[in-house]
Amino acid sequence: MMQELLQYLFGGITNGAIYAVIALGFSTLYSATDLINFAQGEFVMLGALLLVTLWLNLGLPLPLAFVLVVLAVGLAGIIFERLAIRTVSKPDPIVLVIITVGASIFLRGLGMVGWGRDPLAIPSFFKLDSIEIAGAYLLPQSLFIVITVTILVAALTFFYKKTLTGKAMSACAINKKAASLLGIGTERMTLMAFALATGLGAVAGVMIAPITMATYDMGSMLGLKGFCAAMLGGLGSLWGALIGGLLLGIAEALGVGFVSSGLKDAIAFLLLLLILYIRPTGILGAKSSHRF
Amino acid sequence: MNENWFDAMKQSWKKGLAFFVFAGVIFFAGLFLDNYFYQQQLTFIGIFTLLAVGLNMLMGYAGQISLGHAAFYGIGAYTTGALTVHLGWSPWASLPCALAASGIIAYIVGKPTLKLSGYYLGMGTLGFGMIMHVLFREWGSITGGPNGLVGIPSLSLWGIDLSTGRNYLWVVWGCVLITFFICDRLVNSRVGRALRAIHFSEQAASAVGVDTAKAKLQVFVFSAIIAALAGFLYAHLVMFISPGSFNFLVSVKLVAMVVIGGMASIWGALLGSTLLTMLPEWLHAFSDYEMVIYGGILMGVMIFLPQGLTRGVLDIYEKFRIERKQPAKD
Repeated sequence: MMQELLQYLFGGITNGAIYAVIALGFSTLYSATDLINFAQGEFVMLGALLLVTLWLNLGLPLPLAFVLVVLAVGLAGIIFERLAIRTVSKPDPIVLVIITVGASIFLRGLGMVGWGRDPLAIPSFFKLDSIEIAGAYLLPQSLFIVITVTILVAALTFFYKKTLTGKAMSACAINKKAASLLGIGTERMTLMAFALATGLGAVAGVMIAPITMATYDMGSMLGLKGFCAAMLGGLGSLWGALIGGLLLGIAEALGVGFVSSGLKDAIAFLLLLLILYIRPTGILGAKSSHRF
Repeated sequence: MNENWFDAMKQSWKKGLAFFVFAGVIFFAGLFLDNYFYQQQLTFIGIFTLLAVGLNMLMGYAGQISLGHAAFYGIGAYTTGALTVHLGWSPWASLPCALAASGIIAYIVGKPTLKLSGYYLGMGTLGFGMIMHVLFREWGSITGGPNGLVGIPSLSLWGIDLSTGRNYLWVVWGCVLITFFICDRLVNSRVGRALRAIHFSEQAASAVGVDTAKAKLQVFVFSAIIAALAGFLYAHLVMFISPGSFNFLVSVKLVAMVVIGGMASIWGALLGSTLLTMLPEWLHAFSDYEMVIYGGILMGVMIFLPQGLTRGVLDIYEKFRIERKQPAKD
């Protein structure tokens, strides 16, 4: 029993860490632009599929491939912002929701055309055996994911709190007009937020690829779950994204283990409704956050 | 005073004519269309038009987004499916149950959810839609699970078989016509004005005495009942339902129909549902590129014509007319 519980916990934390990275993407973008990108999951998919091409097909060394993938997807995010978001003449939430959903369908189609319909397997990054802790097994990949996520959150916190660019971005989030009056290039900040958010999506895609395999339609569910995690922790809060992701991952793992595997996808959305009803700003969200 | 009355008469006469022409087109389309495939396409368009018109009441008039409307469509379909298949009820007895089930669930869900707004409301309804989809898939003993529910009977009334392509087309479009009529009356009533006031500004609406929470809940339940009617018609048309017909993508498609056709316009909903039902058929030729083009069109329309096609085309026409008039003025 204890051993089973621990095994579920390990699985949950691994998935949760992935959700956390995707949630970080949502939070980064939302705090700078007040926008929810429904195509976030598709950028995760692009990350995973590009890794297949660069690492397995072209034979580049893994760290180099990793960096190139993140840069390429970040660039795709910039192109997406310039072509589809900045050109919008009437930035209504409903209009932006449809545009990003349209983008997600578009990118999924692109993934299918480029990489085919079959799931592509990716070997584990480490040639190490699983670590045994009290009878439960921990994959080295999981450990890698959890460590990377923690580093990412810490680095982003540093970026927002200590660097000039980061501070400028937070200023845009608080009041775009005032930031612009102070000489901050708000458009450039939006562009950067998109690059950062989609790049984070690519990181999630690269890390999860060895666990789930890469396909063109892997993104939509991951994106929605990542969004649930961001909402749980508090949209716009970095540590909230981490907490929300881990909470969601563990809740799912326990639900699958002790109730039924079919209910897995419902758990995230039940938690989402619960948090929306009780505390729409999330666990770590600011208290005075506006609800549109 | 007299002139106003005359104008109003002229307006309602015009509208009456539009409905009359519309009814005539449907009648003759059913009469002269012999190809079974086209009849079925037209029937599907009718079902989606119902869904779009119902959602339009919520989105276009009251300004409340729902990203989980396929759930109500599914509730209608599965209620009638389960009652007719498992309990052997007549479809006509299960129809009120399907509508009531959807309305009651909409009431229970809407009460807390409609307090949210903007993205938060979208996410709340999305979550509800996802949960219902999982329920359709996992509650195997009632819904048939992922394989779907087989053996739903077709409709017949007083010995007339309604399942043939032509008769069913008339049944579905008859429902559309009645719904159009009801929606039109609603929009131009006190309730409709209250809804539009909410769309414009919820605070202002409540300041002038509109019970905004009640009005929003009412229109939410109303559109859920129409969605359930569409689900009922769908279930008895294809006689087989599976969870895939009621997932998130379908919810998105419904929202896209309303937005692309043009919000706050009953005829816009008709245009949007026609286009988005036919689009996959037209795009079959592109096979693998279907999704790319579909997504591209969705983005393109929203970027360039965010008011939807009906409004957008009208705007372009107006602009053109003004430009033509300008030289004469000088």
